[in-house]
Amino acid sequence: MKMKWTGIIIAVLTLLTAVLFFYIAGDFMGPEDSYAARKLPEKVDYNFHIKPILSDNCYTCHGPDANKRRAGLRLDLEQEAFGELEDHPGSFAIVPGNPKKSEVYHRIYTEDKNEMMPPPDSRRALNAYEKKLIEKWIKQGARFERHWAFIPPKKEELPVTATSGWIQNEIDAFVLKKLEDNHLHPSEKAAVSTLVRRISLDLTGLPPGRKELQKLGKDPTEETLSGVIDEFLSSPAYGERMTQAWLDVARYADSHGYQDDSYRTMWPWRDWVIHAFNSNMGYDRFLTWQLAGDLLPEAGKEQILATGFNRNHPITQEGGVIQEEYQSAYVVDRTNTFGKAILGITLECAKCHDHKYDAISQKNYYELYSFFNNVDEKGLQMDAVQAAERSFFADPPYITITASEAKGLLSFVQLEEGPPVKVMVMNDSMPRETHVLNRGNYDDPGEKVQPGTPERIFPFPDSLPKNRVGLAKWVTDRNNPLTSRVIVNRIWGMLFGKGLVSTSEDFGVQGSLPTHPALLDWLSVDFMENGWDLKYLLKKIMMSATYQQRSELTPELKLADPENNLLGRAPRFRMNGEMIRDYVLATSGLLNREIGGASVKPYQPPGLWEETNAGGNRGILTTYVPDTGDKLYRRSLYTFWKRTLPPPNMTIFDAPTRDFSEVRRQKTNTPLQALALQNDIQVLEAARVLAQRILAKGPDPREPVREVFETILVRSPGKEELSTLNRYYHDALEDFQNGLRNADNLVAIGEYEQLDTDPSKTAALMLTAQIIYNLDETITRE
Amino acid sequence: MENKQQAPDNPLKVNRRHFFSQLSVGIGSLALGSLLIPDLFDRGKDPVRGNPIGIPHFAPRAKRIIYLFQAGAPSQLESFDYKPSLLTRMGEDLPDSIRKGQRLTGMTSGQESFPLMPPAIGFKQYGQSGAWVSDYFPHIARIVDDICIVKSMHTEAINHDPAITFFQTGSQVSGRPSMGSWLSYGLGNENKNLPSFVVLTSRGEGNSQGLYSKLWSSGFLDSKHQGVLLRAGKNPVLYLNDPDGVSRSDKRHLLDQVSSLNKLHLAETGDDEIESRIAQYEMAYRMQMSVPDVMDISREPEAIIKLYGEDCQVPGTYAANALQARRLAENGVRFIQLYHQGWDQHGNLPNEMSAQARDVDQASAALIIDLKQRGMLDDTLVIWGGEFGRTNYCQGKFDPANYGRDHHPRAFSIWMAGGGVKPGLSYGLTDEFGYNILENPVHINDFHATLMYAMGLDHERLTYKYQGRRFRLTDVAGNVIKELLA
Repeated sequence: MKMKWTGIIIAVLTLLTAVLFFYIAGDFMGPEDSYAARKLPEKVDYNFHIKPILSDNCYTCHGPDANKRRAGLRLDLEQEAFGELEDHPGSFAIVPGNPKKSEVYHRIYTEDKNEMMPPPDSRRALNAYEKKLIEKWIKQGARFERHWAFIPPKKEELPVTATSGWIQNEIDAFVLKKLEDNHLHPSEKAAVSTLVRRISLDLTGLPPGRKELQKLGKDPTEETLSGVIDEFLSSPAYGERMTQAWLDVARYADSHGYQDDSYRTMWPWRDWVIHAFNSNMGYDRFLTWQLAGDLLPEAGKEQILATGFNRNHPITQEGGVIQEEYQSAYVVDRTNTFGKAILGITLECAKCHDHKYDAISQKNYYELYSFFNNVDEKGLQMDAVQAAERSFFADPPYITITASEAKGLLSFVQLEEGPPVKVMVMNDSMPRETHVLNRGNYDDPGEKVQPGTPERIFPFPDSLPKNRVGLAKWVTDRNNPLTSRVIVNRIWGMLFGKGLVSTSEDFGVQGSLPTHPALLDWLSVDFMENGWDLKYLLKKIMMSATYQQRSELTPELKLADPENNLLGRAPRFRMNGEMIRDYVLATSGLLNREIGGASVKPYQPPGLWEETNAGGNRGILTTYVPDTGDKLYRRSLYTFWKRTLPPPNMTIFDAPTRDFSEVRRQKTNTPLQALALQNDIQVLEAARVLAQRILAKGPDPREPVREVFETILVRSPGKEELSTLNRYYHDALEDFQNGLRNADNLVAIGEYEQLDTDPSKTAALMLTAQIIYNLDETITRE
Repeated sequence: MENKQQAPDNPLKVNRRHFFSQLSVGIGSLALGSLLIPDLFDRGKDPVRGNPIGIPHFAPRAKRIIYLFQAGAPSQLESFDYKPSLLTRMGEDLPDSIRKGQRLTGMTSGQESFPLMPPAIGFKQYGQSGAWVSDYFPHIARIVDDICIVKSMHTEAINHDPAITFFQTGSQVSGRPSMGSWLSYGLGNENKNLPSFVVLTSRGEGNSQGLYSKLWSSGFLDSKHQGVLLRAGKNPVLYLNDPDGVSRSDKRHLLDQVSSLNKLHLAETGDDEIESRIAQYEMAYRMQMSVPDVMDISREPEAIIKLYGEDCQVPGTYAANALQARRLAENGVRFIQLYHQGWDQHGNLPNEMSAQARDVDQASAALIIDLKQRGMLDDTLVIWGGEFGRTNYCQGKFDPANYGRDHHPRAFSIWMAGGGVKPGLSYGLTDEFGYNILENPVHINDFHATLMYAMGLDHERLTYKYQGRRFRLTDVAGNVIKELLA
């Protein structure tokens, strides 16, 4: 008997182990069989099927990098791949239409370790599916095409779908077609309260007011919805929300970075960005002013201020640096930022060598570099201590903005009375010869280069001046294949949690391919046709049925498309740190909606700057002294950004350091986030103030818990939700009233004035609010 | 909608998310997943390729690292690289044939001469190995047979920020993941109640340079791999402490409500991310106990306090952090990073250096002794060193009683112990000026490759694909220095 049981247990364990092993094996390398069984596409596409394989497995030795090339063979160019092999006269790597005569075919199928490609020591290997794809592609004629992102976008005919009832605008046709191809259905429209909250968060970074909710009623028409979107778009909070994202892209900070990391005054530039978004400046112009405002014929102080974009990079104040080295580092930063932020191409690899994948040569890199290499910058001439003593917070060149200018021409700069402020800007007053820097070393110049752009992306027209104005014209040219796609993709990512190209920083060969290429192209062309109008683009997307879907995962969708690549539902994703803090402030009624001005210092755990500073009083950012009063409740984009120690309640939620340009944030889920939401004074105080405000409304508000819930989540609670919270509230209240718990210290949290409410009730309701602030739904855009 | 998902027909067809949501409900499944396969949930963007395969790559010697970083760069000439010939050459100008055009920092590039300056302190030989150690480090001198001194470290950086960034991330330019993050990514976490990478800082009285959170940043890796700064005092992890008026059981009760409401919403939305959020809240709750527990040294016996020195009872000192490091190591933390600031002796070196050495000497040696007596030294790799060395010539006025030394990247010393490193070995040789390396140079990339090897990782295989490129801690270089390993 015993034996039998043991046998069964062993059998079960063996089975479990086998299942697990199989599963793990699949996760790590994938058994050949599962690849072999995969269905090949009817028409093998070079860009979407073949190039990712070649690029990932072959280009290291058979790609654009001349120094690493083996056997003189490159597979990234048609001509070369079809040519006779240097080492094997009479043989050809690829013979279109004839796999058996193609050396590539034999090399990928052979078992001979000396012949095998990729070679075993490269740690790369093709799976069965990839091999078959290459075989079929050669059979079909081995057609090479330019990299998809370098072919200018075109508006294709809208796809014909089997059904059309769901479609609200052009976007939906592309999405529905793809869903139908995969035998899936779109989701229903989201509930009105969800939709308004979603639109409000996406456009303003703040929860909606009751006004907007009421306006829409139970069953909003296209017209009322359109009206509400327009209202959000015209609120000043729109510009703040867009600016918050642009600050990452532009690596904005209130400190210089590096060793001493002392103070700088770039905030008037940030005020200009808010102004530009709110006045809906065309994206082409927005870029042009930031890249080259100083060189425009109409250049005034506003245009020059915009060029601060080029000077937002870190600047060292470390004693003993070789300025030449850092001057080069600053130009490198500008060049990389231009590539990542605007072109969606990571250029930095080409700083030291020909780009292995993207057909951007080292020479191309320094041609771009030379556009940014003529500025009369000196590097900070004083260390942090001297700079602080003399209130010298900018490295030349800079402009000075006075309080009276801030009342007139530059009225968008929120400068209070007092001394003028210096903002670093760009100029071309020190033309330098630019050379290729061998291996990227500032002290090892090679060939001399002229300003230019990578011809493979889009040749630089002869008619354009070879300066930053020309560069701006090149980048905003209707034929530039990248600029519009890149920003459209980022805006899409803002509204859907990820872009149609999920690597929004990399449209190069190694980046991801778009899930909906035709849709991306259609939107990109449409965006340019409509004057690079961002508000238009946002509204276009928001008016689609695709955007307005529910975000629930049905079992069907969860199984078929867990990553939501087919867009059969709206996404749910965690808000960023700024949005979470602003949400808490707004729902508690604490939010100070003042716009612009010098950055502020809200609550921060004490000691952080002090523990890591350079010791003594090096510079003026060695100790963190929080502000008081109203300044504690400003929107988070105004929180002081010290590069070496950015605000922890932002970095815990994946904010970057701003040491360099970043176009996409992670959306992690960590225990430190849970702790921050539970114990950050900012949140606890908000819960307290919200509780007091509700209790102060009357002698005995009927349903305080319901009111807290509705205020925070902008919807009515479900029955079970309400009963859970009510039970909690009454239990806690009883404990406080019976003296089992002490309310006094709890309700004393935060500087904000105390209202005259019953401490026990306040504490109980505060903790109830704290529960709601810690719900996944609260910090999620649904 | 029901909370349970429909079981697919063929269990072998489901992806891993479903696999585990079928296995058991909620938190248990997440924990199980990560126990079975470290970092299962972190496969990155490319589930098929570009991820560490079959980790560890080979049998690890060490399971964890304690890195005692001496920020500011201590002088090798007053610590472990004894150069008696500098005594006879005192005041002579550094010959060009030795300097060989080495670029200098702006602090001494303007100097008209570079007068050689001998060490301010005596050296003696110790132990079976006969290693030379300066009189500033009497305690470390006593453990020389347990440590391996590398006298031939070199770097390209000549300023603090890029140099320290290079050591921590393998690149002079910021943005790459820190060493600790790479190891957390590659090897996962041993303790579910503590982060896998923690950072402790302290500061001496010497001239110091700032530290930056980017040094323990996870860069493009998932931010769960970022170093968590454990701070001295009552709030060791940011936002760890509950407000007054919320007891442990009150907090449990409150979190139960959060959890039950989250579960309701999970049932409505079907989004597994909510399940993960619930798990993170539980981990946070456990950390509120486990972190103060591990940091509480009140039950350490008198002998241990004596071993590390009385300072170890003062939170925030190097000695306290060294003791803390041992406790964290015992609790399975993968990478424990200490920084001690104050080693930037551009002037007043004799005074500052002796004070700095007093801060760290006893406790550094104590840590080795303590790990050894617990049998933990075998699988704990301890590293002691700064970001570059210091010049053999004097910075500023020539005054043997009060001189300074500038930054020197071409040769400097660090030491390592435990974790499979050869004890009692002195590795590498510099010239009689202590300026250039004559034998066995060790670049930072080699250093990284070697310590990854000790941890069972192939530095060429632990990669992460980001922005179209496979990144490694060692970038495109690095050789494992097998001679350093036992």
